[in-house]
Amino acid sequence: MTKTIRYIDAISSVLRQELERDDDVFILGEDVSYGGPFGATAGLSASFGPTRVIDTPISEGAVMGLAVGAALSGRRPIVEVMFADFVTLAMDQLVNHAAKIRYMTDGQLSVPMTIRVQGGVGGGFGAQHSQSLEAWFLHVPGLKVVAPSSVKDAAGLLVAAIRDDDPVVYLEHRGLYWTKGLGASDETPTPIGTAAVVRSGSDVTVVAVSRMVGVAVSAAEKLAEDDIDVEVLDLRSVAPIDWATVDESVRRTRRLVVVHEAVVTGGLGAELVAGVHATAFEALISPAVRVGAPWAPVPASPFLECLYAPDTDDVIAAVLKTLHER
Amino acid sequence: MVVTAPAQSGPEDLEMMWRIRAFEEKASELFARGKISGLLHLAIGQEATAVGVCGALQPTDRVFSGHRPHGHAIAKGAEPGRLFAELAGRRTGYCGGKGGSMHLAAPEVGFVTATGIVAGNLPLALGAALSSKCRGESDVAAAFFGDGAAQTGLFHECLNLASLWQLPVVLVCENNGFAEFSPLSAHTVVERLADHADTYGIPTETIDGNDLTVVRPAAAAAIDRARNGGGPSFLECLTHRLRGHYEGDPTLKRGAAARDEAKDPIQRFTRFLHDAARSAELEGIEVRVRAEVDQAAEEALAAPWPERDDLLTNVVAQP
Repeated sequence: MTKTIRYIDAISSVLRQELERDDDVFILGEDVSYGGPFGATAGLSASFGPTRVIDTPISEGAVMGLAVGAALSGRRPIVEVMFADFVTLAMDQLVNHAAKIRYMTDGQLSVPMTIRVQGGVGGGFGAQHSQSLEAWFLHVPGLKVVAPSSVKDAAGLLVAAIRDDDPVVYLEHRGLYWTKGLGASDETPTPIGTAAVVRSGSDVTVVAVSRMVGVAVSAAEKLAEDDIDVEVLDLRSVAPIDWATVDESVRRTRRLVVVHEAVVTGGLGAELVAGVHATAFEALISPAVRVGAPWAPVPASPFLECLYAPDTDDVIAAVLKTLHER
Repeated sequence: MVVTAPAQSGPEDLEMMWRIRAFEEKASELFARGKISGLLHLAIGQEATAVGVCGALQPTDRVFSGHRPHGHAIAKGAEPGRLFAELAGRRTGYCGGKGGSMHLAAPEVGFVTATGIVAGNLPLALGAALSSKCRGESDVAAAFFGDGAAQTGLFHECLNLASLWQLPVVLVCENNGFAEFSPLSAHTVVERLADHADTYGIPTETIDGNDLTVVRPAAAAAIDRARNGGGPSFLECLTHRLRGHYEGDPTLKRGAAARDEAKDPIQRFTRFLHDAARSAELEGIEVRVRAEVDQAAEEALAAPWPERDDLLTNVVAQP
């Protein structure tokens, strides 16, 4: 049975489902028993109690490490990081411990944990509460990184993350929390490492991630009015990247645009463009174009924030550039 | 039934201390001969803390160590041969040669892992303790760290959490008075690191960490407290590192002059056993253990390198 639910409800519903399914699953984070700032964990404490839904002090480094230690002991912790920006306080435990322990111990140990990270622009939260940091995680061997854009994948990727035997960074976009879509009563995993074709097209491939998938789709709809046929891929998984799907699409359309909300410099787009150049350079008939934020922190002013994040017009301009520049 | 940790120590503990000493002296020799590479941090002179604490733990209790981990691993039951192989980067090492000295792991004997990040093991130990507590298991976690760790933010976050949640963890501070190359006085005005634990309401003791007969009962009491729901303990073991920060340390602030027999935990415990009229049981221990360790080192150096394919295995779970 399916019904229309919000992205944040999909997250709550999967958390509940997985807490019920597996006694080793537990949640750890600031104010999680109250539901956190956006309500993702609301009601779970009443159902599962304080040993499964654990409120922590504002000690991001220790909490991340605690989750690693619990994962090493056979548990499946889900850590909630209230804002992506706060991951910086826990990077040692994430990068030096969670990501590397399987390799450093040659598989004697594994770290099955999920790191739920809320981020992205919107609401004028400013430079320390709005970042998209997926490229940092992509750069670390041992981490898997997913960024759902739809309600269905918000559920499916969270199920997959919790059941995965490696640390998975699950990136939630605040701007998507209240978007709606079809949810299922029994959530099934979306395989990590698979992209989705959300709109088929033949002229240009637009690879987008997280909130930018919706932006790319609306750009594609506008361009369709001018008979420009855009294919939109939802990357879904930032690490590992589904190169096969990207490659197949680009070979067909012969043009590539990548769109993310993060800063362009050193970003996921650079990785995608370089990867396509390595395997399908001969198929491209125009230079690939990256769309993302400029090299500046996220401004607080709503006026500036709107300018900062890529929008439909930016994607349209990028698509037109690939069509007119050869 | 809840087990009680042994508060006594005997000749088997002397043997374990000699095993650690022999292992580290051999490792030092192999390093000097270029047979092992990397960063080698020795704890020669600190054997009583490793043996005092690990000897009071159960096999399923979990130990988390730092960048000076050899003694803790051996005292928890890791095999010297597989440890040498790990230090030498061989396939037969505990971690297939991928971990090296600072990242040893022998989870099969409860030596879960070590870390090269100072204080990085504290939250791991807390996580193991949290897991144990939430599941209603009786396993205790122990973390070993030096005085340098007490100046990190993570240390304070962890002390607060261990106390707040009354976690079954024993925090063992091996205070050798030196953080990397500098004396502790250059890093903090706090003279007794146990004072930090006091602040967080954690039972603490500052003890002579070079006297096994002091460390063992203190450790046993802390372990029993953790196992019986009494929460965390902080043991500040005053000890004395007889070597530099790492092998090849150009500063070598300590040296031969520091080889002070009065502080050497092995000499002291040997004297104690003689005084207890147990001399007969001590005969040949050092010679026998050194021979075992030499043999283990020889076998490790004859072991194969990892395969080329090993470079990319176990980065993530194999599909």
